[in-house]
Amino acid sequence: MANMVREELLEKLQAFDSGKENANLEGLVDSLMQNIGEDAVETNHKILNEIGSVASYIHDTKRQLASLRPDEIKSDYLPTAADELDAIVGATEQATHNILSAMEQLEELAETLEDATVSEKINGAVTQVYEACSFQDITGQRISRVVNALQHVEQKVDKLLQAFGDDTVKGVGGGPEKSTSKRADGVNRPDEDLCNGPQMEGEGVSQDDIDALLGFD
Amino acid sequence: MSDVDMNMPILIVDDYKTMLRIIRNLLKQLGFNNVDEATDGSSALQKLRGKQYSLIISDWNMEPMSGLQLLKECRADAHLKDLSFIMVTAESKTENVIAAKQAGVNNYIVKPFNAATLKKKLIAVLGNF
Repeated sequence: MANMVREELLEKLQAFDSGKENANLEGLVDSLMQNIGEDAVETNHKILNEIGSVASYIHDTKRQLASLRPDEIKSDYLPTAADELDAIVGATEQATHNILSAMEQLEELAETLEDATVSEKINGAVTQVYEACSFQDITGQRISRVVNALQHVEQKVDKLLQAFGDDTVKGVGGGPEKSTSKRADGVNRPDEDLCNGPQMEGEGVSQDDIDALLGFD
Repeated sequence: MSDVDMNMPILIVDDYKTMLRIIRNLLKQLGFNNVDEATDGSSALQKLRGKQYSLIISDWNMEPMSGLQLLKECRADAHLKDLSFIMVTAESKTENVIAAKQAGVNNYIVKPFNAATLKKKLIAVLGNF
């Protein structure tokens, strides 16, 4: 009889360890308490109380998780945030193309001017606009990193929900196993550890530093 | 008298179309008009194997093949190993610069950059024009 109980408990423990969807942490704790209870006279009451505290903590955590509505975070907020950021990238790209088109027209017109000084000044200004338009590339890369971070958070929320069971929050099920890649989209590259730019202020080195480092002009 | 063939074929590589357009326009202002484009390392490599280029100006952070991988592919290819390669990237950490140098880059421009920097680097790689 004692062996049967032991085997049953071991099975539950293994199921929980392996992360099976049907692994029930609460049930496991309840079983432990129940079985320890049979020999309560000989059991250290302190251990029993600790296990009771764990069960209570799990109940509280599940309740708090449910109140946070992680299903909404996963299904609504995170995708919305990613979509909004994608839209920003799209809008700035379109705006940049429009600016570049206007500048290209201006440049062509400047070539037709008879006054070389005016033409040169216009070209100088157009060059400055070209240089300034590179903001779209830099901001686009920064936003892409934020989108990746959001996808990473989404995966973590998913794992949390799986660990605490489908019944914790309505409408949330265990999805397919996601990549353990550092990147949320699962893309792996040999130089992935070097692709962290654009660097924040003070993190990278300047063009002069790079030139000095390489010994280039 | 310029030492440089201003009609040399140049390949610019960047996954941001706005950046390709900006670099193309800046090159045009400098007098280089024979410019082709690619949006990642793989398509760039295809173009490089289909046409003789004198210079490649490439971004680093692209997918599926990055600029660094493209550079390594070039240096490992008997026909492309001597191709002048300028990296233009927002990756400005020391380890990036060292990795690019070790891979055989000819020069390195950190984004955002201006027309003067581009010209300076082109002169450093190609000679006066």
